[in-house]
Amino acid sequence: MNPVPDLYRILPEVVLTITGVLVMLLDAAMPKTSRRRVLGWVAAFGTVAALYASLLQLNLPAGTAYYGTVQTDGFSIFFHVLICAIVLVALLVSLDTFPRNNQHTGEFYALITFGAVGMVLMTSAVELLLVFIALEISSITTYILAGYRKTSGKGVEAAIKYFLLGSFATGFLLYGIALIFGATGTTQITEIALRIPGAQSQALVLGGLALMLVGILFKVSAAPFHVWTPDVYEGSPTPVVALMSTAPKAAAFALLIRVLWGAFPTLHSVWVPILWVVAVLSMTVGNIAALRQENVKRMLAYSSIAHAGYLLAAFAGAGTASITAIAFYTAAYAAMNVGIFAAITLASGYDDSLPLIQDFRGLLHRAPVLAGLLLFFLISLVGIPFTGGFFAKFLSFSTAVNGGAFWLAIIGLLNSGLAAGYYLRFAVTIAQPPVANPPELPTYRVGIAVAVGIVLAAGATLILGIAPGHILDAATSAAHSFPAAISSTLP
Amino acid sequence: MDTQIISLILLAPLVGAILVALVPDRGKLPAWVALATTVVTFLFTLHLPAHFHYGQAGFQFESDCLWLPSPAIHYHVGVDGLSLWLIVLAGLLGPIGVLASWNSIRDRRKTFYSLFLIQQTAMIGVFVALDLMLYYGFWELSLIPMAILIAMYGRTQSDPGGPKAALRFFLFTFIPSAPLLVALLWLYAKTHTFDFTTLQQAIASGTIPAGPLCWLSLAFLFAFAVKVPVFPLHGWLTDVFAEAPVAMAMVVAGKLGLYSLIRFHVGLFPVQARAAAPWLLVLAVIGILYGALLALVQKDFWRLLAYGTLSSLSFCVLGIYGFTLSGLDGSVYQTLNEGIIGAALFVLFGLIYERFGTSQISVYGGLASKTPALAATFTIASLALIGLPMLNGFVGEFLVLSSTFAGASRTLAVIATAGVILSAAYMLQLIQRVFLGPISDIASNLEDHDRDFDLDFRERLVLWPLAVLMLVMGLAPALWLRAIEPAVQPASLPAQVHAARPTPPVSAQLVVSGGQQ
Repeated sequence: MNPVPDLYRILPEVVLTITGVLVMLLDAAMPKTSRRRVLGWVAAFGTVAALYASLLQLNLPAGTAYYGTVQTDGFSIFFHVLICAIVLVALLVSLDTFPRNNQHTGEFYALITFGAVGMVLMTSAVELLLVFIALEISSITTYILAGYRKTSGKGVEAAIKYFLLGSFATGFLLYGIALIFGATGTTQITEIALRIPGAQSQALVLGGLALMLVGILFKVSAAPFHVWTPDVYEGSPTPVVALMSTAPKAAAFALLIRVLWGAFPTLHSVWVPILWVVAVLSMTVGNIAALRQENVKRMLAYSSIAHAGYLLAAFAGAGTASITAIAFYTAAYAAMNVGIFAAITLASGYDDSLPLIQDFRGLLHRAPVLAGLLLFFLISLVGIPFTGGFFAKFLSFSTAVNGGAFWLAIIGLLNSGLAAGYYLRFAVTIAQPPVANPPELPTYRVGIAVAVGIVLAAGATLILGIAPGHILDAATSAAHSFPAAISSTLP
Repeated sequence: MDTQIISLILLAPLVGAILVALVPDRGKLPAWVALATTVVTFLFTLHLPAHFHYGQAGFQFESDCLWLPSPAIHYHVGVDGLSLWLIVLAGLLGPIGVLASWNSIRDRRKTFYSLFLIQQTAMIGVFVALDLMLYYGFWELSLIPMAILIAMYGRTQSDPGGPKAALRFFLFTFIPSAPLLVALLWLYAKTHTFDFTTLQQAIASGTIPAGPLCWLSLAFLFAFAVKVPVFPLHGWLTDVFAEAPVAMAMVVAGKLGLYSLIRFHVGLFPVQARAAAPWLLVLAVIGILYGALLALVQKDFWRLLAYGTLSSLSFCVLGIYGFTLSGLDGSVYQTLNEGIIGAALFVLFGLIYERFGTSQISVYGGLASKTPALAATFTIASLALIGLPMLNGFVGEFLVLSSTFAGASRTLAVIATAGVILSAAYMLQLIQRVFLGPISDIASNLEDHDRDFDLDFRERLVLWPLAVLMLVMGLAPALWLRAIEPAVQPASLPAQVHAARPTPPVSAQLVVSGGQQ
């Protein structure tokens, strides 16, 4: 059998990089006055090509390339496809809502594409230094995108807060990597797993693990590392929030699984209790804080913290079932969250002309289709059956129950009852009759791009709820990329 | 046909909902589409009693296919005597709900009727689902259209009105369903199945220790008792009755919760249900008295109806937890009655409210001389609720009270009977204050209008079939009880003895006693 050329194993990354460079070159070559919207289409087609390239990788046997730094397996492909799909929808939403007179349109699309390179690489990297570089690529682009509304004070605040706290967290991750390297003498994830039992200083290993957990849990905005989330979501443009509340989180969860099941399976009994506590904290803090929010994006920011908690609950499960549940939940969460932020972008525009929950009053009477979609995504976030949100929660908690974390499931489900309170408050506000002089809805043509984007998200949310079979299979095969998980599942 | 019919019944309103969403929003077109859909659905549901094998225990018209291999969730539906007439009732209330909303829903008709039809699917789904996960799905799904429509069409447009009622209703039902889901997941972890019959056997065989079973049964009981509602979990009921559109309010209470209690609480946990029975009997009797006493002093007729409903639903709970065959028969029968009488009263209150714009009882009076048909229909429905012999309410209440007296507790039966007297007091007082008595301003103003304020053709079409049904169900209960009885028989036997024990059929006795009335 011919060895697989190394290039094939990073094909999606290569396609995305070329797309990003192409967008920047075209931006420079185009006359100053011409519209830059076409660049968005270039980025979107590049993303579709990358998605296709990821699917092509299904034909490759699982294995590593470039001296064991990247790995293609069912797991990396699952997350590649997911991230490319998220980026695609975010691009489609931006295409129709990004302001025409913005002077930095070209960079906007290029940054999203480069960010995608980093996120995709995060899920396939199996060498901690490469992981770090990928994480930085993805983070730095999101810091810039968060500050895209330069003239608004909140936009600048969001970017600076995100940048400072984010760099701090990346520092933790890097310290963790350094300690692990000190303890085991390697940064290759599978090698680390082999050397940990014989490591000289277990304290060094545990310290490294703890610091790395801090860094990654910051990226998934789990409590108590969540304080940046509401401010950043509130200040960033809504299409950017659609992207950064989902894609970097999906990548970070993939990284968490890769590190914990790839490098530290032997310390299972150490990290499960830690994640147990973090999960409970995230759901409770997120939900209680969300109850009191008046701003839509802040409320959804706290809701995303709570969802990180439900997701972490699945780590309490056993072996492959746990990884399957996490992968599935990430996909469902991405579908409904991208969808709801896309719908909010359509309702309140790039500049947040309807920032408060109360501003959405009577939307169902004024724009029934849009409001219907918004309600559908809210219902999925509540976790009502026949939506992706329910099935994801169901898998996560049933994994936890099977793994013996009975109380975690009870706390989680009581929390989802609590969460219904604020989602429903929003839903009910949308449904109730409008006030006499409602605020103006932003007037722009609902173009084909944003329509396709929202329909994709809604379709995915529905399919994940009523016919999850195929995606569940894909998630299961992703879980089988981890030998340690498989062996721990067997009795 | 027999295996597909239930899927057809479930699918028809869903297809109708999509059609309603697609047709142009021109005049009454969405309403006509919804009416056609509900009539077709009702005709489909009539297939069930027509081809039902009476006297045969177990599920019929079953259809079972794998939905997901892991976790193993099946699309498993079927009908037995317990659910048979409830499904037909849900089908019947479809066209009635559409016709009752014909004029009162003026804007956003498409949204209203789409959600109404989704609600139909969800409700019927609850009655037919035999896989507990599927059941849970329909159960939760039924909350959504209800909550949205209460928020959209709340009667009091002032700020806390509709939205507050919607939120209360949703949270009251959703939060208790969280422990229910944990219980389901725990059962699945132990037994690896969500199938109703398999679970029933697994629990009966004693493989699950008694301690956890006790908690599981409490989780089930709690979720269902809120939905019925059982005293003291009725906090959502008055708000919803005062705010919800008529077509939604008439399906919200009773049926779903009572069915679930019998099927899943008593059915899955016979031992634990018996242990909880003394408590539930006392709560039921408190509910009967409390509801009736509060109904007596209400100034607003929606609230009066809410407390009256609490009182008459408590009769059903009383019958279930006496664990006698005739008590269970009576409970199921009373659930059907409550559905029909409640629907009629809701429609009547709705059209009085629509005509005169207020629900304050004190401003009415002397309406009977101006609107004789309305008054007559109202009186029939009220008498049925009170339990006048020859009307359907009598049969249910008689079965429940006599079986409680003979089989459960004489004291409780005597106290509950006082509830019947009170129900006569509040309903007759209402009739007297609204339709009889001195001519009020509202009634005297009617003469200034050319319009006829009595029932029009559409309203007769809604109300008279219901009135006829009340009479028929009062005269020939055996028609319905012959299906119900074999289905509830296992629940009436002591948990250990599941073998069939000969019991004289109650329906036979009733034909005799009904004839003597």
